[in-house]
Amino acid sequence: MQISTETLLQSYRAMRTIRVFEERLHREFATGEIPGFVHLYCGEEASAVGVCANLTDQDTIASTHRGHGHCIAKGVDVGGMMAEIYGRKSGVCRGKGGSMHIADLSKGMLGANGIVGGGPPLICGAALSHKVLKDNGVAVAFFGDGASNEGTTLESLNLASVWQLPAVFVVEDNGYGEATGASYACAGNQKDRAAGFGMPYMECDGSDFFAVHDTARDAIDHARSGKGPVMLHVHLQRWYGHFEGDAMSYRAANEVADAKKNHDCLESFRTRVEQEKLLDLNALDEIDASVADEVESAVQAAKQAPWPEEADLMADVYVKI
Amino acid sequence: MSKKSFRQAINEALRQEMRRDPTVVLMGEDVAGGQGGSSGVKDAWGGVLGVTKGLQTEFGESRVLDTPISEASYIGAAAGAAATGLRPVAELMFVDFVGCCLDQIMNQAAKFRYMFGGKARTPLVIRAMYGAGFNAAAQHSQALYPLFTHIPGLKVVVPSSPYEAKGLLIEAIRDDDPVIFLENKVMYDDEEEVPDEAYTIPFGEANLTREGNDVTIVAIGRMVGMANEAADRLAKQGISCTVLDPRTTSPLDEQTILECVEDTGRLVIVDESSPRCNMACDISALVAEQAFGALKAPIRRVVPPHTPVPFSTPLEKLYMPSAEKIEAAVKSIMMQKTPEVA
Ligand SMILES: Cc1ncc(C[n+]2csc(CCOP(=O)(O)OP(=O)(O)O)c2C)c(N)n1
Ligand SMILES: [Mg+2]
Repeated sequence: MQISTETLLQSYRAMRTIRVFEERLHREFATGEIPGFVHLYCGEEASAVGVCANLTDQDTIASTHRGHGHCIAKGVDVGGMMAEIYGRKSGVCRGKGGSMHIADLSKGMLGANGIVGGGPPLICGAALSHKVLKDNGVAVAFFGDGASNEGTTLESLNLASVWQLPAVFVVEDNGYGEATGASYACAGNQKDRAAGFGMPYMECDGSDFFAVHDTARDAIDHARSGKGPVMLHVHLQRWYGHFEGDAMSYRAANEVADAKKNHDCLESFRTRVEQEKLLDLNALDEIDASVADEVESAVQAAKQAPWPEEADLMADVYVKI
Repeated sequence: MSKKSFRQAINEALRQEMRRDPTVVLMGEDVAGGQGGSSGVKDAWGGVLGVTKGLQTEFGESRVLDTPISEASYIGAAAGAAATGLRPVAELMFVDFVGCCLDQIMNQAAKFRYMFGGKARTPLVIRAMYGAGFNAAAQHSQALYPLFTHIPGLKVVVPSSPYEAKGLLIEAIRDDDPVIFLENKVMYDDEEEVPDEAYTIPFGEANLTREGNDVTIVAIGRMVGMANEAADRLAKQGISCTVLDPRTTSPLDEQTILECVEDTGRLVIVDESSPRCNMACDISALVAEQAFGALKAPIRRVVPPHTPVPFSTPLEKLYMPSAEKIEAAVKSIMMQKTPEVA
């Protein structure tokens, strides 16, 4: 099925936004101005965007420590995200959470997560809500190859199958959990794991937006139609360290350079839409310029935004004491 | 003897014990790192903050094991191995991740000996980072030692300096019970003189880091340094403090705490864990029960508020105890009149 022009433009914009946002954070982090841990999603943009292009605000996603891309793809405000990462009161979480905890429930974004494997059980719950409330929603857990080895993840695959939940489990396989390769840490393979839990398995090249989009559409349609959960295995490369400050001695010298050269989702998107005359390339250039402005103003605004105040410390521990 | 960082002190303790005892094994996520990586570089990280660097290179992959991200299984494996002949030191990275494997600690390792009628030994050490002050936010900043202290069967160590860390870790490895060994992540680069040879510091013996007449400050882990800083300032203002480091919250050296309070008549407890049911509560109860007559003023607790740890720098500063807050707490009870005990 042809992807609409509107979806293509929106998706390109989202992928470009993620790229520029993350590369800017990489530079800003080096100045020492950004506190805490920052895990960049560069190189993996097409996964979040290709999946979320098939979702609406009604649908729920759960993300990971590497969550900026999922947030942007699900429509979380870029200025609010940047302010959050800088710890400002205008941040989407009022400066309480930071990079690893960006969430916006109004967008169906159940949160980045500091706990590996934290998301899949939550997504079983979100899927249960969709099912019981009959709102036609689907719940999608993004998690890494590393997280695929958490008990919470494996139990969730089972639970989702037992309860026939409208859930999609997206394994974002970038080949590493921190400094350890998936080839060491993951026994067997994801396909057999899905089979073991009785759910369909689909896979795609995560640097190809079109492949992710179409495979995710099938997975999401399956879950939405009440046929139960699906595993979607997305093959990816991460372009930066595990977190900012990681020298990546565990990766071959050419690995990242090769990924940037041969597996750039933005480049392949451009080539494809040009070859198939799907979009006017000027429109893409305009998006590039507009995204650059948006991220620049997000950074400037974040740096100038007020800090949280003393009263904020005690606020929101409970709904009501 | 030479200057060593907190990180080096821990590394040296592990190295010396592994050389001495072939049953000591290490496991955890990226305790070496690099397995399955495309560069083929082994021991690529040596722990997420480099604390175990070089150990796999020296002792090999059969004794320094990188684990999948599967805390429940490898912490449980460490407990099972401990009960069957090994002396595992398992690294949980951030203590917050105990949420993923608490059963294996709380219901398994901690209870074997008692449940099995004294027939088991579980010489297990679990190392983990704790503490706020790193902008690491709510899921990477907790100080969960009260949680472990609450569980009978566990010993809980919270070292306050590089010297303390080395001696207490060697003691932990040689101890036959499960020990939770908590390292404050903000302290890894702190340095002091640390002996080159192996030595042990016994559990349950508090360390008097400073003796004074007016107030006893009991402080835990990183708070010991802050308490001494506050005591320095207070000394200039004519207030003399005892600063006591319990070293282990389980067992707790109740005797020394009570003796110090008997001497000074005033008590301030500094604890960076959440304020409900924490060590400050526990020690307050001890003193209220057993040294009530010696108290010249109310006990003061310098603790964070009952909130998750906030991310933003100014909020995290407000959250944390500090030398200033300790100083203010001490002054507040020095100014207080002696209550008349009927
Ligand atoms: C329960 C838990 N264990 C360990 C960690 C530390 N940690 C953070 S990210 C990470 C690696 C995750 O790898 P993967 O799931 O493949 O995601 P990627 O970083 O590759 O995106 C680890 C071990 C954590 N945050 N939570
Ligand atoms: Mg990964």
